[in-house]
Amino acid sequence: MRWLKSVAREVFGLFVEDGSFAAAILAWLLLAEVALPRAGLYKRAAGPVLFAGLAAILVVSVLRYGRRRR
Amino acid sequence: MHFGIAEIEPAGLTRLGTTVVSSFLASLVECVEALTVVLAVGSVRGWRSVLAGAATALALLAGIVAALGPALARIPLRRLAAVPFHGLQLVVGSLVLLFGLRWLRKAILRAAGLIPLHDEQAIFKKNAAALRAADADGIARWDKFAFSAAFNITMLEGTEVVFIVLAFGASGAGLLLPASLGAVAALLVVAALGVVLHRPLARVPENTLKFLVGVLLAALGTFWVGEGAGLAWPIPAPDSADLAIPFLVAAYLGLALLLVPICRSRRAN
Repeated sequence: MRWLKSVAREVFGLFVEDGSFAAAILAWLLLAEVALPRAGLYKRAAGPVLFAGLAAILVVSVLRYGRRRR
Repeated sequence: MHFGIAEIEPAGLTRLGTTVVSSFLASLVECVEALTVVLAVGSVRGWRSVLAGAATALALLAGIVAALGPALARIPLRRLAAVPFHGLQLVVGSLVLLFGLRWLRKAILRAAGLIPLHDEQAIFKKNAAALRAADADGIARWDKFAFSAAFNITMLEGTEVVFIVLAFGASGAGLLLPASLGAVAALLVVAALGVVLHRPLARVPENTLKFLVGVLLAALGTFWVGEGAGLAWPIPAPDSADLAIPFLVAAYLGLALLLVPICRSRRAN
């Protein structure tokens, strides 16, 4: 039973290490899924906008971690 | 079943190649971590029970893949692709994104010196010392402790590999077999190196691998979420959307490589 708990913890840890980072990604994906197709963007810009949001989340999270460590 | 690669269109070869490489590299990292502990236990407690524990876990994991894999392969992804809201691709893409961006973030922080690198040699020594301390009463012919230690670590890291394989396998028709082959190749390479070297694979550039896998997974996850949500990419031929993947890989790689020196310089100031 103990290894089952460890496996469950490990599997959860595969996706979530920093809660706010994971939450920001999921929130952006939800927003992108709901809003981007209706945003009136040039159709082929939707994919790059999805990427830009994820890239911004990564940059903010990494820089914020670095600032906390100083 | 959608196991064959013959049915994949030429543009799908990009996805096929990315899937095999990502699965191989991600599995390699997990296998190296498992090998370190298996070697530590085996070198202290003897090999019979350790190998039995690792083999039992591998057999169990193979059973899980055999049970879940064909079921996933039967999901008619190609037909679902015509539906505007492609739920499965969205869910799998989101999970791969969470996984990939987590690895990429950690690899950037490690490369920038903000968190320590993963040290297989130190982990090996720590585990071996703990096992020696637990060895006060001598080691029996059938060593339950060694068996369960090897079983647990193989099961733990192996479950992560199974998830990686299933996530890639579920993301498109014909991808389960290539993803599985990538993982099996990683297992064989690591097992062979473990048998030959008999010491932890400290020289495997784990952070570089995590960096690359993070980039590949983030790119694939972004592409799948985009596909699942029906978002278009600026690709000349609309039926070759897979061609967006190399651009996403380049974009994530460029961004990550840019972030490392920025973090280093901010840390130094």
